Amino acid sequence: MSPPLLGVEEGGGNTSTVATSPSIDGASHDCLGLKERNYLGLSDCSSVDSSAVSSLSDENKSNLNLKATELTLGLPGSQSPEREPKLCLLSSGKLDEKPLFPLLPLKDGICSSSLQKNIASGNKRGFSDTIDEFSELKSSKYPDGNWMFHATGPAPETAQCGGQGKFPGNAGMKAMLPSRTSGAQATVPKEALPKPAPECPRALNGAGVSQTRASNNAPAAKAQVVGWPPIRSYRKNTLATTSKDNDEVDGKPGPGALYVKVSMDGAPYLRKVDLRNYSTYQELSSSLEKMFSGFTIGQCGSNGTPGREMLNESKLRDFLHGSEYVLTYEDKDGDWMLVGDVPWEMFIDSCKRLKIMKGADAIGLAPRALEKSKARN
Amino acid sequence: MDPSKSRDSAESTRVIQFPNDVLERILSLIDSHRDRNAVSLVSKAWYNAERWTRRHVFIGNCYAVSPQIVARRFPNIRSVMLKGKPRFSDFNLVPPNWGADVHGWLAVFADQYPQLEELRLKRMTVTDESLKFLARKFHNFRVLSLLSCDGFSTDGLEAIATDCRHLTELDIQENGIDDISGNWLSCFPENFTSLEVLNFASLSSDVNFDALERLVSQCKSLKILKVNKSITLEQLQRLLVRAPQLTELGTGSFLQELTAHQYEELERAFIGCKYLDALSGLWEATTLYLPVLYPACTNLTFLNLSYAALQSEELAKLVAHCPRLQRLWVLDTVEDVGLEAVASSCPLLEELRVFPADPYDQDINRGVTESGFLAVSLGCRKLHYVLYFCRQMTNAAVARIVQNCPGFTHFRLCIMKPGQPDYLTNEPMDEGFGAVVKTCTNLRRLGVSGLLTDLTFEYIGRYAKNLETLSVAFAGGSDLGMKSILVGCPKLRKLEIRDCPFGNEALLSGLEKYESMRSLWMSACKVTLHGCKTLATQRPRLNVEVMKDEEIDDGQSYKVYVYRTVAGPRTDAPSFVQTLCS
Repeated sequence: MSPPLLGVEEGGGNTSTVATSPSIDGASHDCLGLKERNYLGLSDCSSVDSSAVSSLSDENKSNLNLKATELTLGLPGSQSPEREPKLCLLSSGKLDEKPLFPLLPLKDGICSSSLQKNIASGNKRGFSDTIDEFSELKSSKYPDGNWMFHATGPAPETAQCGGQGKFPGNAGMKAMLPSRTSGAQATVPKEALPKPAPECPRALNGAGVSQTRASNNAPAAKAQVVGWPPIRSYRKNTLATTSKDNDEVDGKPGPGALYVKVSMDGAPYLRKVDLRNYSTYQELSSSLEKMFSGFTIGQCGSNGTPGREMLNESKLRDFLHGSEYVLTYEDKDGDWMLVGDVPWEMFIDSCKRLKIMKGADAIGLAPRALEKSKARN
Repeated sequence: MDPSKSRDSAESTRVIQFPNDVLERILSLIDSHRDRNAVSLVSKAWYNAERWTRRHVFIGNCYAVSPQIVARRFPNIRSVMLKGKPRFSDFNLVPPNWGADVHGWLAVFADQYPQLEELRLKRMTVTDESLKFLARKFHNFRVLSLLSCDGFSTDGLEAIATDCRHLTELDIQENGIDDISGNWLSCFPENFTSLEVLNFASLSSDVNFDALERLVSQCKSLKILKVNKSITLEQLQRLLVRAPQLTELGTGSFLQELTAHQYEELERAFIGCKYLDALSGLWEATTLYLPVLYPACTNLTFLNLSYAALQSEELAKLVAHCPRLQRLWVLDTVEDVGLEAVASSCPLLEELRVFPADPYDQDINRGVTESGFLAVSLGCRKLHYVLYFCRQMTNAAVARIVQNCPGFTHFRLCIMKPGQPDYLTNEPMDEGFGAVVKTCTNLRRLGVSGLLTDLTFEYIGRYAKNLETLSVAFAGGSDLGMKSILVGCPKLRKLEIRDCPFGNEALLSGLEKYESMRSLWMSACKVTLHGCKTLATQRPRLNVEVMKDEEIDDGQSYKVYVYRTVAGPRTDAPSFVQTLCS
């Protein structure tokens, strides 16, 4: 069965509750006690309030709030828009001892004021960045989906966290989205952000829950809840082919869904993406970046994306030193290949799974990158 | 002995002691398995007579019983229907290789029921080897129906086509299979004439059209033909003129450039289909060619447009020709306007299913809304089965809908965004579903969605006294919700829950219930291993199977599948399934 997809982009799905994982512990609490956890235990660039990083190793702290050190996911030949033209270094190998997917629910609501838009690039956002999207009540044209496990209608002040240890799973809708303090409303992030997971902020205003409205989500990362809506795979795949082209808003390419697993070295679990949701490496890269925020992908040459200078000396150096991450895929023959070498259509045709490898592990693939970059230069 | 007493006892024994052959003769006329189950409880004599005369056995959960037990009880089975995996496996919530492999059953059947004629499988794993085995071992095999199965490829179908000389039905629907080639169709022997049902609509490979044409010409009893998308309009026309006796037709692709002459021929072919009562397929159907269908629609009772993305006007024009329509499946591309047309054209409608054309795109504001549903309920008072995917709904609309159509037996409403409230009032959908269960006293199946508190479940527990199947997702507030259902719904047989805050207390509140149910599924809820172990300990006749939920990292989340069984823990469980023992 497919692992849940992080960063679910269900339009307008609101979550106002979050299940707290009982394994989250020991972290310091900010004003509301909500702690953000970065996948690698870096609660830095993605956002978090400094008070919440005490659980991080000291080594990681040096990376806090340093945009330049942020890791982003970049496929060969692609670069997230607005991204700094530098790669961040992942503090070598040192992961937080309690690496929790940022998508795990947090215990309490996070202080909205403590959230900063500490993002390296416009596309790379830690889950707490979505808080910023949550400003006031947004009226939008779409009603909100609202996951509230203790939905009590208009009742305010429902403390819903207690021990909802199982909710992170919520079929993969796991973008952790700490909601605001009472008075605010957890609204869905506006842009292509991971869908907030159901949250259970301690002080969450239940009214917020019941009144959330969906903002207009641009689901660039069209990750979805596993098995929802409940439609048989056969029908899902066939529907894509029967919907008329002129109805397609995004011009989604090709028929059928093409879910492939995405694994990341060191990640406790995998994600799945539908390759049909993207038409370029760029889009895939952005999406994976959001999904695995904080990670980097080696930027290797690609013949798919024109005009951007991907590799420079420092990146290569970093890459070679093995502190980078590289996006690779397993093709139909079972070989592990570097993403970005072939035209997009060919890629999705042969890609069976994706893997974000540590640069050191991908050393065998590096020469190709070097060659390409040399060719470019 | 007192003569009056002996007379009484003699009389009383005489009443129930029909000669066995008379009893068997009578009982052999009973088809319904529920009636037969009841019959078998009357007395030992009736139990025996029933078991000897039973020809068809329906097994709703392949792990509830073993093939040996079935064979021991029923010596003369000719037809088997088996269901395997939990329903949520259709939605990828069950890992592959979970089980429900039919082969173990076939092995026993080959021994005990060599005269087996019919096999209908749903959500089972069927390998090509099994299909080959089937074709080889059962010389009288006639009917194969596979729905939502997996594990086989078209190679297996080749074996069936080649070796099953008396095949009357081959029905392949919506399976996750390897479609390697369409060669299987050419494997039917040259002189093959027995086919009555052929459904390969869900396979995609091209088949040899000549072979198909020959097959259709030769099989004069062919009543149901559902071809796949590779068959063109021109080819369809040729098939139709050879099989005017068809009662159910699934077309291929409904888009092709035809000359005027070809168009006329196609029209004539459809005019010739006087007996059609079901129509499906219609891939890529457009305004251009839909009119050829009109003459064939007069007696249509079932129209399946769920693979044809029709617009409202196209649907409106089509259903205007279908006055006797009872069942309609559409995509939500027809929108509310299309449904309004249905409401005015099809007063006899009993079943409506609206599938989403674009289920994952939350940006779009298309599809159907509460208005469409409401319109249908106003125009089609016999409506009793609805499956409705929509993006918005209100409590008021739902209440009015069931007021218009209180006869609902199956009410499956899927508001596609999890946890979405009434979009006008922003309140939970409690009152809407409350109205459903209060008003529809015959409700047997309910699928809920949207923002729901425990109140919904209190309503269900209190009012849904005929409810047999309940599907819940992203709903509820506490254990109380699930408890209300388990305590309140006496006829509950299947309960499937995902992503709800129900925990051990809720799970254990059903202790008295689960043995009267077929199964319980809970995933992404709050049950823990401890709770499941408690259940397993206290109810040894249930199989309590847990799977680590790989989506949830805390190491404590499980998917739980509980079912009653007389066969004990299953022996084929993969490593990721743990059966908790008492």
